[in-house]
Amino acid sequence: MSNIAVNIEKLNFKYQGQVSDTLSDIHLKIEEGASIGLFGPNGAGKTTLLHLMTGILKNNQGNITLFGKKVGTNYKETNSLFGLVPQDFSFYQELSPIENLQFFGAFYGLSKQQIYNRTNELLEVLGLTEVRNKSVIKFSGGMKRKVNLAIGIIHQPKIIFLDEPTVGVDIQSRYSIIKYLKKLNNEGATLVYTSHQLNEAEEICDKIALINDGKIIAYEKISQLLSQHQETSLENLFLKLAKNSLVHV
Amino acid sequence: MYKLWACLIKDFKLITRDRVGLSLMFLMPILLVIVITALQAGTFKIVNENKVPLLIYNDDNASISILLENTLEKIGIFKIIETTKNFDNTNIAAKMKETEALVAIVIPKNFSTQVQHKVANFTKNTLHEFGLNTDSINQSNDTLFNILTLYYHPVLQESYRKNLLNAIRSAVQVVESKQIISSIYTSINESEMPDSILNNFATQQLSISEIPVSRDGSQVIPNASQHNVPAWTIFAMFFIITSLGSSIVKEKISGSSIRLKTLPTNFLITLFSKQVTYLFVAMCQVVVIFAIGVFFFPSIGLPRLNIPSDIVGLIIVSLLSGWCAVSYALVVGVFAQTQEQANGFGAISVVLLAAFGGILVPSFAMPESFSFFLKISPMYWSLESFYGLFLEGGKFSDIINNIIPLLGITLFLQLLALIGLKKNNLI
Repeated sequence: MSNIAVNIEKLNFKYQGQVSDTLSDIHLKIEEGASIGLFGPNGAGKTTLLHLMTGILKNNQGNITLFGKKVGTNYKETNSLFGLVPQDFSFYQELSPIENLQFFGAFYGLSKQQIYNRTNELLEVLGLTEVRNKSVIKFSGGMKRKVNLAIGIIHQPKIIFLDEPTVGVDIQSRYSIIKYLKKLNNEGATLVYTSHQLNEAEEICDKIALINDGKIIAYEKISQLLSQHQETSLENLFLKLAKNSLVHV
Repeated sequence: MYKLWACLIKDFKLITRDRVGLSLMFLMPILLVIVITALQAGTFKIVNENKVPLLIYNDDNASISILLENTLEKIGIFKIIETTKNFDNTNIAAKMKETEALVAIVIPKNFSTQVQHKVANFTKNTLHEFGLNTDSINQSNDTLFNILTLYYHPVLQESYRKNLLNAIRSAVQVVESKQIISSIYTSINESEMPDSILNNFATQQLSISEIPVSRDGSQVIPNASQHNVPAWTIFAMFFIITSLGSSIVKEKISGSSIRLKTLPTNFLITLFSKQVTYLFVAMCQVVVIFAIGVFFFPSIGLPRLNIPSDIVGLIIVSLLSGWCAVSYALVVGVFAQTQEQANGFGAISVVLLAAFGGILVPSFAMPESFSFFLKISPMYWSLESFYGLFLEGGKFSDIINNIIPLLGITLFLQLLALIGLKKNNLI
């Protein structure tokens, strides 16, 4: 039996000052090495769920564990397990890719040599070698997304949380990012991925969790979901399940 | 340790690439300290070396008014530009403008007669009191109120104008006294008083020696540099807010802070690194501005900055002032939601703290109602500490009473920053 990478039980969460729950009664088990997509309309709670899984937010009720370790208890232990690729360009744009990777690598606890090796490898794989010493502020959106991704995975985490990693990028950049993510997944990394791009789900994800109004309304393998509901596309399936909620796809 | 080192490298790189922030932290205060010191030294020169242009309309032109003119000139602070006989108060403004006179005095037609009349009455009454004169005393109440009129340029500040007025009053008093003595002498001796006595009267004034009070017993007269360089260095250190405040907000907005929170490293390392980096910048500001005071000021004709003898005390005060400035910037950065908020509030609040703290206006000149604000401004305690070393020649032990409140405010700001970070879910 495979290990459970992420286990969420009876999770409820609401932001301070809010009356209703942003997320309610969430149960989710993600196996090690799986590639899971969290899909849903704007405001459904995808990013909130990701922030709860990474300990950025503290859950009001319920339990979240990463490889059996409770999130929010021992941050040094749990935070080494995952890498986060946020939706925003969460790095220092005045610095070059190499400088960003050196800093974040050190903060992930890597040695100087490890940082050097991983930096060269990532810059090569993501096609950033030529611009390694240039300030990121001058980069295109696609290149910035690649830097954002490289920082999140420099320490070769067991789980990678990706919050819309391909939003606003051109086809080539999107293709290279997806290709690299698939490679990481094949090498054993667990991917937890949010996006509005349902077609991407078919490319990357084994399973998808559809979130609507703070609840997981479906969590299955894509093929099973489609055959169960007799739909041919994820888009139609989602519209059906979300009962014609406003979906931005 | 490697994490802290990496963070320090990152923060130093970020600072060196923030050209606007660097110019605000270095160029602006350097310009300020040069300009303000030059202006103050210039004002000192105007008051003490350059003479104030004075236009005299002498409609009297008799002996006493001429004596007054001479006395005004002898006082040494006025430069008599022109003596005009035909007074017309409609053209006085134009005449002042034309001659660039800041002050004009109108001596009316009957000035000498009035003074003589007053002196004669005074002499008669005095001699009568002494029993030297049996003539009946004159009870008429002659006064010379407002017989002289002073016109002044509106640019003259009240305190300066009052200084000039006092100088003119003392000249009038000298003239009156001379006339009274002469009159009494003539009445008693029935002959004119010799000029030598009158001259003696004028020259044998009581002298007043001015000695600045210092703790080390030195009698070095403080100059504009001793006052301004420490004051504007403190201001420069607090202006770090424009770079540090917005840098913290930028990290929050970009999501870097959130990402840092997901790393297996304590967020406080980043906070510590930022403080060390900016404290280093503050110390660079101190070194650069003090070096300008010591080496550059004399070459442009400004008084040289004399570094206090207690170097260790100076280093401690500089470090603590810098840390306080960094802590203040940290608090503003943590609580501000946007870079505009951090920059706008930061800059305005620093100017206000400078005003309350005695940087812009001397603390002794502040109204009593401002004493509370004075005491809560960290710049006040910092400035008092620096002045204790620079102006009073004190040692560190002499300024400990100013250091303790400064340290207290700094620790309070650190606590506020931590509360803010906790509130923002960053620690």
